[in-house]
Formats: sequence, structure tokens, C-alpha cells
Amino acid sequence: MTGLAPDKEPFGWRGLLLPLGAVAGLAGVVLALVFLADSQASANVAAWFYDLIGNPEEAALLRAGTGNRLLAKVIIMVVALAVGVGGIWMIYTGFNVLVERLGDPWTRRLVPWVFVGPCLLLLTVFLVWPAISTVLLSFGVEVRLIPPSVEVVSGAGLSDWEWGLFNSQNHQIYWNNVIWLVVGTAGSVGLGLVIAWLFDRVRRESLAKTFVFLPMAISLVGASVIWRFVYAWRPGGSSQYGLLNGIWTSLGGEPVAWIQTPPLNTYLMIVILIWLQTGFAMVVLSAAIKGVPVEITEAASLDGASERQKFFSIIVPMIRGSLITVTITVAIFVLKIFDIVYVTTGGNFDSDVVANQMYLQMFQFLNNGRGSVLAVVLFVAVLPLMILNVRQMRRQGIR
Amino acid sequence: MAAQPGVGDLSNAKRRSAFWSRAPVRFAVIAVCFLWFLPTMGLLVTSVRDPQDITQTGWWVALFNLFDMSQWTLQNYANVITADGMATAFVNSLIVAIPATVIPITVAAFAAYAFAWMNFPLRRTLFIIVVGLLVVPLQMALIPVLQVYSATGIAGTFLGVWLAHTGFGLPLAVFLLYNFISQLPDDLFETASIDGATHFQMFTRVVLPLSVPALAAFAIFQFMWVWNDLLVALVFLGPQENVAVATVKLTQLVGNRGEQWHVLTAAAFVSMVLPLLVFLALQRYFIRGILAGSVKG
Repeated sequence: MTGLAPDKEPFGWRGLLLPLGAVAGLAGVVLALVFLADSQASANVAAWFYDLIGNPEEAALLRAGTGNRLLAKVIIMVVALAVGVGGIWMIYTGFNVLVERLGDPWTRRLVPWVFVGPCLLLLTVFLVWPAISTVLLSFGVEVRLIPPSVEVVSGAGLSDWEWGLFNSQNHQIYWNNVIWLVVGTAGSVGLGLVIAWLFDRVRRESLAKTFVFLPMAISLVGASVIWRFVYAWRPGGSSQYGLLNGIWTSLGGEPVAWIQTPPLNTYLMIVILIWLQTGFAMVVLSAAIKGVPVEITEAASLDGASERQKFFSIIVPMIRGSLITVTITVAIFVLKIFDIVYVTTGGNFDSDVVANQMYLQMFQFLNNGRGSVLAVVLFVAVLPLMILNVRQMRRQGIR
Repeated sequence: MAAQPGVGDLSNAKRRSAFWSRAPVRFAVIAVCFLWFLPTMGLLVTSVRDPQDITQTGWWVALFNLFDMSQWTLQNYANVITADGMATAFVNSLIVAIPATVIPITVAAFAAYAFAWMNFPLRRTLFIIVVGLLVVPLQMALIPVLQVYSATGIAGTFLGVWLAHTGFGLPLAVFLLYNFISQLPDDLFETASIDGATHFQMFTRVVLPLSVPALAAFAIFQFMWVWNDLLVALVFLGPQENVAVATVKLTQLVGNRGEQWHVLTAAAFVSMVLPLLVFLALQRYFIRGILAGSVKG
């Protein structure tokens, strides 16, 4: 381990320059953050650049908030990447240098906090405090950090919860989530299992897997566009360019407006999810199936077990652990489903789900109280699954 | 790769019958692959068709006379990239996704190192709390965080969305990196500390280089997650032209131009192309990441 010894000269030039550099670096990060937080700043820098090369018209346009913003875009990209990637390292290095100059015992006491401090701070600001605040807000107590204030929303109290639990429109939403949960999870995991088992017996297995796995790389928005096109509908008489209606009409059916037809539309959106998630289930279960000792399946074959029997009596029980993990993971994902519904139906035609309704309450109806209620509902629904999941993960991972 | 045990020592007749007994399986495999690819193929084919043709006939019709080159065009792509602003959205996605990958990994790696190899008060308790935060769905955080963002003026800035992605991704990142870093051999740390190395030197010169496989697996996963995310970008960055990322832009196009499929298919493909390339190039690491449990709950 040579080359790891720290610099031991107490009065060398590094002794002075390092802390100064650290302070300067930290100041630079702060400056760059201020620059980024100001949406007009990059345009101003671009305008200054245009002034420099003698093009005041363009500079004036940029300052007014219009004009060719490409240069501004490039500038903000360079600053953003430098700050985002370099800045985070600057912060850690800078604080570490400063703390190391304090000398023991302070160095020994403080260095761990340089390492975990940013993580704990971010988690407090982005998860711990917001979760508490959301629960309070759902009961009509609005706590704000900036500026600090506590306000009891007039007339709220339990009324948002009353709306959340007893409104019949919400019952439809919860019911839809249940359908998503059951059909989506069972579909993805079941198909993933069958496909993993099927693909295990052909030579070009990894190529075949790529086809099923590829949708994992596609965003839910992109997938929704792909499938909206499959489900596209035109009135009877005109040519059907949607694949489903193309097949349907060629079989003699009347064209169907699939995504406007409840309750069919919910199931068709679940198909999008299954198309995306099956690949995930397949990969995990395929690895598990390969872990089943060949001797066992061969012995079963010698005893005259059919493929079906081997599948249900040997493979499925032996990969039970993986099956449970995959099912929980997919179930959590499905419960929080937002993008597919938001893009495909927008929650119309009786197809709304909790996460989409929560978004609508936040931004369309500007009702944070009701939005909070739905967030808490989601939290309560996910909680038992997540606890199971963390337990399962801990069993595999942490010593 | 599935092994084919014992095929070599069979006679010709037996081999032939083995071929036919395997035919249903092969057919099923090909059918599944075809079925899974079909929707994407529709998108790709349509995106290079003439807008007039798209509404006249189904995309599968174009495949019947594949070599009639007059029906193919790249004009749809030229249009969405320039007029519809997909190029700006693409750059915005990059500005969001790269730091939103590097920042959480850096923060999580430092924290995971401290939890695994440093002594400080409440270490165990804090670690359990951090991992316990996995149970909080990000919906719980949207409203309060947005209020803080609006009050401080970082709503709608890239910094805001980086920090949000970092905060939401941290519990899982810390958990996974801890699992890896805590498994490194003890002697490594003993030797180095005898040599007088500081924790910072140990971390940057020993632990990070050794953790590259774990870091890479999580990096790919986080990058894809951020690039494909809609909700966080929609809430904290918003739909304005100068900040809208590719998924948000595509969602807008669906709203405004819902039946103009020449626009939607090309725009969708532009938004998908980078994650698809990353995925195809680094598939192995991606799968490793999934098997290691780096799955967003």
C-alpha cells in the first residue's frame, strides 16, 4: 500500500494552499449553484458573449428572454455538467481537507460526518420531513419550512379523508388499482416464469431474451405511445391503421374505440405494463431456474415425470424465494403506476388510478389536502409490501 | 446459453425425431419474440413513412412492398427534431440525467463507506433508518418538496430536479453499495491504516476502484430510471420549452397532436434511442444490476 501515506510536512506549501483551494472550490460550487438557480443567468452570459463578438441585437433579444437560446443552452449544459458532476466531488474533497487540518481528536470525530452528512441531510429534506408533512397536511395541518409557519387549513380537519374514503368516484379509482395490482402483477410474473422456462430450452436463449427484455429500456411514456398506436381507432368505414382494429376488422368485427371503452381500457393499459415488466420477471426467474440442480430434473425425467409435472412440482417450489421477491417488486411498481394512465387516457373513461388522481389534485384542482390523502393511501398500500421486500433483501444482503 | 446434453451421440434418425419433438418449443419461442417486438416495429416503420400514407393504410401494408423506396422518408425525424423541439428536449434530458446519476452514486458511496468501515455514534441506527426509508413512495414527498422549491425559487431549475432524484434514489443506492463495500476484505483496510492512509485516501484510491462493478451496475440503472422518468420531471421541472425533458415533451405532443402519428412515432423513437443504445451495449451490467436487486420500488 505505498503511495497512500499522507503529506507529513506541516509547514509545506501544500499546508497553506490546500485549505485555501478547498475554500475557493466550495465558494465556486455555491456560485455555480446560484447561477443555475437563476433561469435567466445563462441567457445573460450568452448575451454578454454576443456583445463581445459585436452582435448587440441578438444580445438584447436574449436579455429580453427571447432570441436564439441555443448558445444559452450550451452554456447551461457545460455549467450544469461541471457543477453536477464536479461540484459534488468538490464538496466532499473541500470539507475533507478542511476537517483534516483540524487535527485529532476533531478530525477523527468529524470525518465520518463529512462522509454521511450530505446523505443524511438530503434524506431528511427529501423524504423524512416531507413524509411527516404530507401526513399532517392530509389532516388539514399545513407546516411550511420556508418561511416557517404552521397553519390549520380552515374547514379541513377530517374532511379530506372523508372525501378520500367515502367518495364514490374514489371507490372506482381504488377498484381500478386493485385490478391493476392483481392482473398486472399476476400477468407479468406468470408470463415471465413461463417464458423463462420456455427460453431455457433453446440454443439462442440470450438473443430470444433480448426481445422480451428490450421494453425494459423504454420509458412508460414511450411504451404508452407505442401501444396507443396499436389501439388506435377510426370511425367505421375509414381505414384502420391501429394494429388491433386492423386485426379485429379483418376478422369481421366493427372497429372499437378501445381506450375509450371501460372497463376494457384498464385491461388494455395493463397489457402495456405486462409488456414492460415481463422482461424483468423473466431475467430474475431465469437465473433462479438455472440454479435448480440438473440432477433433480433428470432424476424426475427418469421416473417418468412429464414436463408439466416437472414445472409445477420441481421448478416452481424450488424457485419460490425468487418468485416472492419478483412478485413483491412488481406489485409495488404496479400500485404506484402513473405514467401509462396519464399518457393513455389521462384518467378519463373510468380508468383513473390513485397516483394519477393525486397528480390531478395537485396541479389541476390545486387541492394539496386531497392530494396528500391520496399519497398517504398509496403509502399505506405499499407499506406492507415494502416491509416484506426490505426483509427479503436483508436476508439476502446485510450481514 | 442452454446446453444441449447428449445430442452429439445420437443416431441420425434419433436426431431427426429430436428435432421434431423440439419444434413446438422453438415455434413458441419465435412466436413470443415476434409478439414482443411487433408493437415496437409498428412504431419504427410508421416513423419513416410518409404522413399521407400513415392514415391511408396500416403500417404492415408498407412491409408488403418493402423495397418501394418512395414510401420511406426521414422527414418526420427532421420535423420533430427542429420544429417540435425534440432536440432541445433531448439536451435537457442529458442535463438532467447525467448529474442525477453521478450525484446520488457519489453521495451514496461516501455514506456506504462510512456505514461499513467508520466508527461514529448512532451508526447502526442511522443505517437502519436510511434503508427503512425505502418504504416511502416518492408521492409522499411531492407536495412538501414542491412548496419548499417554490418558496426558494428552485422549482423549475435543473438543480431542483437533480436533488429530487438524488433524495429519492439514495436509500436504494446506499443499501446496494453498502452490501458491496462492506464485503471487501478486512486486511485491505488494516494494511492501509498501518500505512497511515486517511479515510478519504482509502475511499478514493482503494474502495472506489474495487467497487467499479457495483457502481457501474447502479449507474446504468439510475441513468435509465432518470431518463425514462415522467413524474419527477413533470412536478419539479415542468413543461416549459427551455427545461422540458424528452418524456415530458413527448407527453405534451400526445396531448396536442394525439392523432398525428408521423409526429408521435418519430418523437417517441427520439426519446427512446439513447436508453435503447445504452441498454443494448451494456445489457450484461444491466442484468447484473437487476439480479443484485437494484430495482426501484
